[in-house]
Amino acid sequence: MRTLIIIPAYNEAPNIAAVVADIRTAFTGDVLVIDDGSDDATAAEARRTGTQVLRHSCNLGIGATVQTGFLYAVARDYDVVVRLDGDGQHDPAYIPKFLETLSAGTADIVVGSRFLGRKGYQSTFVRRIGILILGMLSAAVGTRVTDPTSGYWALTRRAVELLARFQPDDYPETQALVLATRAGLRITEIPVLMYARTTGRSSISGALHAGFYMVKVILAVLIERIRSR
Amino acid sequence: MSRQPGSYPLTIIHWFVVIFVLLLLVFVVEAIRRGRLKERYALLWLGAAGVMLLLAAWRSLLDRIAVFLGVLYGPSLLFLVALLFLFAILLHFSLVISEHRDKTRRLTQHLALLAYEVERLREEILRSAPPT
Repeated sequence: MRTLIIIPAYNEAPNIAAVVADIRTAFTGDVLVIDDGSDDATAAEARRTGTQVLRHSCNLGIGATVQTGFLYAVARDYDVVVRLDGDGQHDPAYIPKFLETLSAGTADIVVGSRFLGRKGYQSTFVRRIGILILGMLSAAVGTRVTDPTSGYWALTRRAVELLARFQPDDYPETQALVLATRAGLRITEIPVLMYARTTGRSSISGALHAGFYMVKVILAVLIERIRSR
Repeated sequence: MSRQPGSYPLTIIHWFVVIFVLLLLVFVVEAIRRGRLKERYALLWLGAAGVMLLLAAWRSLLDRIAVFLGVLYGPSLLFLVALLFLFAILLHFSLVISEHRDKTRRLTQHLALLAYEVERLREEILRSAPPT
């Protein structure tokens, strides 16, 4: 089973080498960093670690960045993709657990949930409320997960192929889960510990931006339900 | 009691719209001619200008439509027509922008994949046949 780890990264130069080194301790296969047009030396730092590095010539957003990884995985015939963030929030020690869960064959997408085990970084209170709303919303449209905004996923080839074609824009996690459910993919969650980011900025910062994010994702999820393909 | 079109003199607002629309038409046609505006994005502007020109210059038509719609003051119908055209044009642009965003995304993604591939092949070639 060929496995590819993909790490979308935007302005994560101070973190990325450590993240890759961490992954190396838990996983020996191929690692791909996708630099989403960073202004800093993210791509160069990633290259120094000896991983494969793709670089967007302009900033496209997290959705498109992850999708570039999926396109690469499809082109190179990988069977499984694990996706985790480049900011150190996601502990690579869980990678074997993800792969184990996938190899049971009962799920096409495994989502790492920080809320299942109720341990580690639980996000801020306001964000938890936002995540809860999105969770209820996605449950209402048929996708039951406790952590719909988690960016720590493992996917089978089938799921990767689907999202390589139809990856939603911008903030894609919740929307992608609804899309995958509609396409008949099975989604499972496993508990993971997440850490608060040490450096860099979240892609969602500030009250106004967070409000915009919520409205956009809610609209996107509702539309996803009735979208024609 | 059918009146001749000439018995409806154009007021200043009609003339203002006529002149403004003519200027707009000149600008749009000139921009197309110079290749600065693509025909496909000029169609709605030309349509809007044509209808506005017709309604502003042919006062009896404007007034008749206004009466039919229950609009008391004929020239205010010009505002409505212009507004509806603006909505159409803006919506059209939103669609075009979304389409372009999609295309930019796909281009950038494929460029990233190709650039990686080129780099990998270059290294491979250098390794198998080092430059002498």
